[in-house]
Amino acid sequence: MRRLPLASFAIIGTMVFVAVFAPWLTPHSPIDQSLPNKLLPPFWEEGGTTEYLLGTDIFGRDLLTRLFYGARVSLIVTALALSVGGGVGLVLGIVSGYVGGKLDAFLMRVVDAAFAFPTILFALLLAVTMGQGMDTLVIALSLFLWAGFARVIRGEVLAIKQRDFVALARVHGSSPARIMFIHILPNVLNTFMVLLTLNVGVIIVAEASLSFLGAGVPPPTPSWGLMVAEGRGKITSAWWLSLIPGIAITLVVLSFNLFGDWLRDRLDPKLRQL
Amino acid sequence: MQRYILQRLVQGVILLVVVTSVVFFIGRMTGNPVDMMLPEDATEEDRQDMIERLELDGSVMDQFGVFIVDAVQGDLGTSIRYRQPATDIFFSRLPNTLAMIPPAMILAIAMAIPLGILSALRRGGIIDRISATIAVLGISTPNFWLGIVLIYLFSVTWGWLPSSRMGGPLNYIMPTVTLGTFLVAGFMRLIRSSMLETLDSEFVKLARIKGVSETAIVWKHCLRNALIPVLSLWGVFMGGLVTGAIVTETVFAWPGIGRLTYEAVIFRDYPLLQAVIIMDAIFILFINLLVDILYAYVDPRIRFE
Repeated sequence: MRRLPLASFAIIGTMVFVAVFAPWLTPHSPIDQSLPNKLLPPFWEEGGTTEYLLGTDIFGRDLLTRLFYGARVSLIVTALALSVGGGVGLVLGIVSGYVGGKLDAFLMRVVDAAFAFPTILFALLLAVTMGQGMDTLVIALSLFLWAGFARVIRGEVLAIKQRDFVALARVHGSSPARIMFIHILPNVLNTFMVLLTLNVGVIIVAEASLSFLGAGVPPPTPSWGLMVAEGRGKITSAWWLSLIPGIAITLVVLSFNLFGDWLRDRLDPKLRQL
Repeated sequence: MQRYILQRLVQGVILLVVVTSVVFFIGRMTGNPVDMMLPEDATEEDRQDMIERLELDGSVMDQFGVFIVDAVQGDLGTSIRYRQPATDIFFSRLPNTLAMIPPAMILAIAMAIPLGILSALRRGGIIDRISATIAVLGISTPNFWLGIVLIYLFSVTWGWLPSSRMGGPLNYIMPTVTLGTFLVAGFMRLIRSSMLETLDSEFVKLARIKGVSETAIVWKHCLRNALIPVLSLWGVFMGGLVTGAIVTETVFAWPGIGRLTYEAVIFRDYPLLQAVIIMDAIFILFINLLVDILYAYVDPRIRFE
């Protein structure tokens, strides 16, 4: 048995903490500009001050403050995308697996098609047609998630529906809807939880990538991916602008991935092949 | 075999029609696309002018008809920014992307196959643990950021490599590494798990009993079988490759299709983006078809089904 990933817990805990308490943790605003203080380096570099611990960007905004608020954006977007995309996948997976027949064949074709075509292209298209925003981003990320959830959950349901308690419920006269959502749903929740945690990291990276490509949350809202993109042009003179937010993304995603692996081994080891 | 190929071809065409329609209707969902193309200070007259010029005055279904008829003839509209047919721009950029992908794929395969095999052979050993670490780091590091880190180290700090655009062989190093490492993690874990499965199967035991050498078992009996799942999960890698190419080309200002996609997004060049997506879909479906044929060739169970 794998050990509890304590370092991962600590990093995830810190992220959630700074995201929730951002306004109380920092005296600066994540959005207001302060041009006299622009491009200050982190405090350990020459010219840096402890007032701006990790330095400032081209508009004089405090990098650490923007990281705190960026954690907020990341977590909100991830939670929404997982609820929408994961939820749709869960329901379609249960229905497809339980009802079977033509509906199942059709839904699985759609799932195959969703896998065959890179969803990033639709995400970019949505950003251009609907305009950038959190709603667009959540829709795009949900489109990316649902198919994977539906496929795995359907596989589980196929096995579960052969079990005696389902036959018993049918004999007892339960409606298909009742069997699916009262009897089968609780049995796939473990798998669902594992899928959720394994996808947190994937979604944070996807969100950051879309923001980097100019298809995420619009500026000046701080998002880690957007911060990397904005700092990219200043890489020769102000390395901290793009390198530090990237370190934050990597650490957090790494932690979520290790945590997800651990949870999978505890709850549902047969998902290993995923 | 012919039936199988035909079936795949029909599926591909259906998918292409679906992608094209979705792309078209998403564009119309938010109103007349002209509003997106016109500059902010355009007058109502300019607007009417453009609507007529682009044949956007009919109902949505009429417009869809015009769009499909044009598309079949190879006309996917005109880019707003470049003022050129979108397909011309696509084909002028395509060779640059096609030049970048093979080195990245070769790098990914050259790393993934040996590491995947070795970690399956010595499960839990040092190489297995190192490659597990590489894999988890690989999926946790956003590759746009990895590209920037490489630029910071090798171009800005040490000045060894050119930071962007095409040019000599040196220009290929960092994009190849960035895109290649993006693909390595998935490949490696997949080869490992399917190698583990194959090593455990009856025919391998039989080969061992017959006294076949371990090298022959690994390379001849196992690896071939272990590569089948790689082919069947090709679609997933294709998605990764497209995402990776867009991000990598953006970071390194590489003038290929990925960079073109990015430009279409930031300049809100809707006709160009629409054309790029449809052309991408055609290419992806074509490659998927080739992979499906290869798959049937490698795995006789499919050929004779």
